[in-house]
Amino acid sequence: MNYHVEARNIVKRFGPTVALNGAGIAIAEGETHALVGRNGAGKSTLVSILTGLQRPDEGEVRFAGEQAPALADRDAWRRRVACVYQKSTIIPALTVAENLFLNRQTDRGMINWRELRSRARELLATYEVDVDADTPAGDLGVEQRQLVEIARALSFGARFIILDEPTARLDGPAIDRLFTRMRALREQGVTMMYISHHLDEVYEICQSVTVFRDARHIVTRPVAGLPHDELVSAMTGEATLAYEPRARTAGERVVLAGANLSLAGRYHDVDLAVRSGEVVGLAGSASSGKVGLAETLVGLRRPDSGTVTVNGTQVKPGDVPAALRAGLGFVPEDRHHEGFVPLLSVAENATIPIARKLGRFGVVSPARRRAKARQLIEDLQIKTEGPEQPVGDLSGGNAQKVVFARALVDDPSALVVINPTAGVDVKAKQALLGAVEDAVERGAGAVVVSDELDDLRICDRVLVMFHGRVVKDVPRGWTDHELVAVMEGIEQ
Amino acid sequence: MTTLTAPTPRVRLARFRDLTLVPVILLLLVVGAFLDPTFLTTGNLTNVLQQQAAISLVVLAEAMILISGKFDLSLESTVGMAPAIAVMLVVPASAGGFGLGLPGMLVIPLCLLVGAAIGAFNGFLIIKFQLSAFIVTLAMLIIVHGLQLGPTEGKTLFQLPDSILYLGSAIWLGLPASIWIAAVLFAAGIAGLAYFRVGRSLYAIGGNADAARAAGIRVDRVLWGVFILGGMLAALAGILETGRLGAIGSNQGVGWIFMVFAAAVIGGVSMDGGKGTILGALTGVLVIGLVQNLLTLKGVSGFWQPVVYGAIILVALMISRIAGGKAQD
Repeated sequence: MNYHVEARNIVKRFGPTVALNGAGIAIAEGETHALVGRNGAGKSTLVSILTGLQRPDEGEVRFAGEQAPALADRDAWRRRVACVYQKSTIIPALTVAENLFLNRQTDRGMINWRELRSRARELLATYEVDVDADTPAGDLGVEQRQLVEIARALSFGARFIILDEPTARLDGPAIDRLFTRMRALREQGVTMMYISHHLDEVYEICQSVTVFRDARHIVTRPVAGLPHDELVSAMTGEATLAYEPRARTAGERVVLAGANLSLAGRYHDVDLAVRSGEVVGLAGSASSGKVGLAETLVGLRRPDSGTVTVNGTQVKPGDVPAALRAGLGFVPEDRHHEGFVPLLSVAENATIPIARKLGRFGVVSPARRRAKARQLIEDLQIKTEGPEQPVGDLSGGNAQKVVFARALVDDPSALVVINPTAGVDVKAKQALLGAVEDAVERGAGAVVVSDELDDLRICDRVLVMFHGRVVKDVPRGWTDHELVAVMEGIEQ
Repeated sequence: MTTLTAPTPRVRLARFRDLTLVPVILLLLVVGAFLDPTFLTTGNLTNVLQQQAAISLVVLAEAMILISGKFDLSLESTVGMAPAIAVMLVVPASAGGFGLGLPGMLVIPLCLLVGAAIGAFNGFLIIKFQLSAFIVTLAMLIIVHGLQLGPTEGKTLFQLPDSILYLGSAIWLGLPASIWIAAVLFAAGIAGLAYFRVGRSLYAIGGNADAARAAGIRVDRVLWGVFILGGMLAALAGILETGRLGAIGSNQGVGWIFMVFAAAVIGGVSMDGGKGTILGALTGVLVIGLVQNLLTLKGVSGFWQPVVYGAIILVALMISRIAGGKAQD
């Protein structure tokens, strides 16, 4: 069999942990091959081995049947494999041109900036990236940065490119544009390895898929004809059904309401009311203003006009403590930024909002905090060594559970969650959605803001926003196509 | 929606960000000329440049270290300690030396070697041992100064070999040699960081060290080199200062580091790394030198001058905050 890229029986250990245990992958020339698996399955380790950043303890890597070059020969590696890493490798203070030719601005002697710029323009034109070579890369948006990275990766002449979760930070239309580009590259004969947590993307863009689980290779199959359930169970190691949203009846009491909310450049004249026992979704593209609206409801942003009422109390606009006092819990958009303090323990992070209830006169009783944390760890099935472990050491899914724990610790009557399942794996995703539904069954009202259609399936109704306005109230039972059409403003 | 083309006007502006202090320098020259007739004379301006020559080399060193995303507080101690130890190695015991009898010609190479060794040790702790640059160099600031005070017992060294006095006091082509030396080194620094791969790699490392590593830059080696070069520049600054003053006092260089940071930062070098230019740092030195000179000419008490310097730093930060539009850390 003629494989373009092949990794055989790779073993890689980091101290006591085995990151890859005899795993491998074989990618045929010209195909787009997905690599999927839960967090910690060994995907990232394989990427660093395939890109020559790490040496496998055992096993071998071959490109087009030939032995991989020596680890020190970076240029040889780069001619064989290009990688767009999950973490941006763009240097914001430098121009796009310099980023493209980083550390190869010139072969020897002085850098000729004029020539460098024209080479950069040529390169950008070749890959149809509409970006000014003179712009500081920090001024670019996420999508453009990624395109610059792809162009740079390909400019070494590699015919194999690894894309590590490229869609994690892109919105719908940008993902479509990326896929169009990937298809064009494939037509030019470029072989790709595609890593994503989004299985629907795997079905859309890839021809075959390899599943890793617990550091081992589980299965490699053509995508066509592979049932979704089978793929998920290969990843989780057990037959997991797709998440089944639960049925419920909303109460009468309005627990969270916004009236006449406007914020210049974000959203205008928005009214919404969430009743107890109801989950309301907020959907829309990145420019729809949905995140801004949700952040206003929790007090992170101050609206220009309008009022927010939590549990019958009108809260001071832009005042998070007031909203929390009134009975609100929330999960912010970016957990690393606003969700947790990485060096503090699970227990401390989870109990910040109720610290005053854990002791008197500003003293926090460690014993009571630990007890409360134990209960939360159990409720949300957080995988941790114990309440004292710093949250920074947890995996993405478990850190997000801690953020959820913080939101739920005070039994909120209104819950606002923004992108609750971003960057977490299938099983954690289900646990998190379950936690939202549990809270609602206890009588809370919830707002779920998400770019993921799967998250929105638990909603009793979805408010679709377009350019800052709520354009449609879609009841449960929508199809993907219907909802996306409204989000893109195609149909109202 | 993301726009696909970036706004061009900001780019044009950004290109001149290094030169934001040039109008300030011109303004200072004009104001100075009105305030004091002797200000705008060749003699006075030469004097300003000569006084700033030594500290400007430390600014050059610090700017490179800051651009690569690191930090070095210990440079100011090297300014005093490196020449003091070098001198003690060559002068006889009667002049306060160790009495080793090494030839006097060796004093400058020895001094640079001491500077390089301090830089290399800093680099070892920060890069290989992965300690915080701030704390390491804070400790080294204290230790290195102590290594000068200990052997000299706090005394000033007066009997110096001629070779160490030469560079700081000679006149070449009508200008003090120290000005030429600083000018040549700054020209090399400006060109090196703007037109050479190794210089550009400082920006890459300071901007995103992981990305630099992925691009094949030998991050550790470059950083180590920068620390060593920084130590050598500080030692050279010490040689120039020694020649200018004719003696090595126990507090030579003490307190410089604040001015050094001030000059680098108002010159547009970012404390977070990856941003700024050597030319910008140079304009920062010049602004501080001119202000210092003006205050002295106008007879402002030396006790009040720190208030002015502090105010300059704050104003410069506010201006760059407004011009840059981004919150500073």
